[in-house]
Amino acid sequence: MNIHEFQAKGLFRDYGIPVPEGVPCHSVDEVGAAYQQLGGQVAVVKAQIHAGGRGKAGGVRIAKSREEAVSHAKALLGTTLVTHQTGPEGKEVSKLLVEEGLDIAKEYYVAIAVDRSYGGPVMIASSEGGVEIESVPQDQLIKAPIDVYEGLFDFQARAVAYGLGFTGDAAKSCAKVLKKLARLFVDKDCSLAEINPLVRLTDDRVLALDAKVNFDDNALYRHPNIQKLRDPSEEDPAEARAAQFNLSYVNLDGNIGCMVNGAGLAMGTMDTIKLHGGFPANFLDVGGGVSVERVTEAFKIITEDPSVKAILINIFGGIVKCDLIAEGVLQAVKVVDLKVPLIVRLEGTNVDRGRKLIADSDLKVITATDMTDAAKKAVEAARTQETEL
Amino acid sequence: MSILVGKDTKVLVQGLGSAGKFHAAQCAEYGTQIVAGVKPGAAGTSWENVPMFNTVADAVAETGANCSLIFVPAPFCADAICEAAFAGVPLIITITEGIPVIDMIRVKKVLSETGSRMVGPNCPGVMTPGEAKIGIMPGYIHNVGRVGVISRSGTLTYEAVWQLSERGLGQSTCIGIGGDPIQGMNFVDCLELFAADDGTDAVVMIGEIGGSAEEEAAAWIKANMKKPVVSFIAGATAPPGKRMGHAGAIIAGGSGKAEDKKAALQAAGVTVVDSPADIGAAMVELLK
Repeated sequence: MNIHEFQAKGLFRDYGIPVPEGVPCHSVDEVGAAYQQLGGQVAVVKAQIHAGGRGKAGGVRIAKSREEAVSHAKALLGTTLVTHQTGPEGKEVSKLLVEEGLDIAKEYYVAIAVDRSYGGPVMIASSEGGVEIESVPQDQLIKAPIDVYEGLFDFQARAVAYGLGFTGDAAKSCAKVLKKLARLFVDKDCSLAEINPLVRLTDDRVLALDAKVNFDDNALYRHPNIQKLRDPSEEDPAEARAAQFNLSYVNLDGNIGCMVNGAGLAMGTMDTIKLHGGFPANFLDVGGGVSVERVTEAFKIITEDPSVKAILINIFGGIVKCDLIAEGVLQAVKVVDLKVPLIVRLEGTNVDRGRKLIADSDLKVITATDMTDAAKKAVEAARTQETEL
Repeated sequence: MSILVGKDTKVLVQGLGSAGKFHAAQCAEYGTQIVAGVKPGAAGTSWENVPMFNTVADAVAETGANCSLIFVPAPFCADAICEAAFAGVPLIITITEGIPVIDMIRVKKVLSETGSRMVGPNCPGVMTPGEAKIGIMPGYIHNVGRVGVISRSGTLTYEAVWQLSERGLGQSTCIGIGGDPIQGMNFVDCLELFAADDGTDAVVMIGEIGGSAEEEAAAWIKANMKKPVVSFIAGATAPPGKRMGHAGAIIAGGSGKAEDKKAALQAAGVTVVDSPADIGAAMVELLK
């Protein structure tokens, strides 16, 4: 789960990580008031969306007067911001963060993420702040593994701070920030905690100018206060609805709707469709322990996508029983108006019962014998459907 | 021969809820020795003639169980794994999906201290056809044979096994290592066992986007593997930054892409197929 910058900075404050004074705003008037409240000198107006690259896209603007702050607010609120992380459709800006302007001496990069090869969280730091970390050569990155019980040791925090080039009291302040960030990461089950940039001010104070925190979805159950930070307006509506029914769904650009059990098989089905010249409209894993209700919901989500011109159901029953999927599909077709061809490939647990249920129904189905056959038939059906329209 | 599990494997089950019961019964029906169930407070009772115990340690002491099959719900699963590890169970197979990453990091520390092997979590389990089915895979698609299967995906394992069986190629052992970012045994751990197993002639390795386990496997194969390997990597069409179902299946920061994994495996001499539908045929071709 993602949260906004202003929410992440709230968490930083809770952990004693210094951040600029700031006020989250929802309207132009609030921005004007926030500018005054922050001292009426230099302020920064920052668009709050769940995507990086806001600065380059014009989503972060400096204001030196109330009028300027207000005009930035007018320009940003309600508009769609397209950054390299939002995709071409962009994200609508409905919130702004107004912060005090600061005299920055130098910018740095610090982040913590789980490193699979190491088998735990690792801190990554660079003296090149405010850049995309992927562009920094590996040998210029400073790394420190984090013990999930001890957090970042003092000696590690010192080593990273000195490695970044901090000296004197600023090095001590930096080390404290690093230790607190590691504590937050472990306490709150983060999947990413990033400060880009971490800054040293001309008066040697060290603070987090930006804040990005993502959470491990599997651990949200034990963080009710974090769950409250969810912003549904930042999520794809179909993906959010799918999540409510424990369906794993990702919206894609193609025209072949997919309903598959198992994440690997779902990806494999998408790959096979592409290999045979088609384009998947979605990733959808109906998962294990599936119920008729969930299959029905999955089917509804797929059929409601107007770009879907054919639907491919690919089930290999292990935990999921084929007859249950068949029942779900038959139920769903009663409720939804199926206008596009349906291709079904069933194999595995209770496959005979599943196939019989579909064969005995009056549902018009194109049956497939294996994955290649299913993919080819789906690509063909979608193509025919597109040309008929 | 086979690896990890066989007819002498004695299985205790942790987490006999409705799914656990359904699958444990299927394992028993296949012929797997299910010797104990563990549920706090259930000591002295039995389920389907299987004696129940309060703790894993009690179950091991009474029955000699040498493998634990875990279905315990995610919030309590790390504790269940650690209980099995501290009780000295040498092989722990964790089916449960959705365990927090931090929990798994802590579990791995415990496993490194006790020396238990773990397969999973978020996996279908381990199966040696004709001997033991320890997990949730459909038993009937498997045949006894000499091809080893390792996979991060459950259903893709079934798909591969089914294709092999259809073409007359049985399996020595099939291992689902699971789709989580932090897991027990990885590809290399399994490849080492298959390489040394007299009953395995070739290996199917199914990977997916995210992480670098496939690249590490490629390096190991290049240096050590004498047996042929067929591989499929799922997620060539997956967009970056999106989690594709499995917690571990995400292309992050430009790494974990299918194309990089495929290239590494090809460079290591592995036969890489672009569609999972071609796994069986590719193996037949390789073993000609």
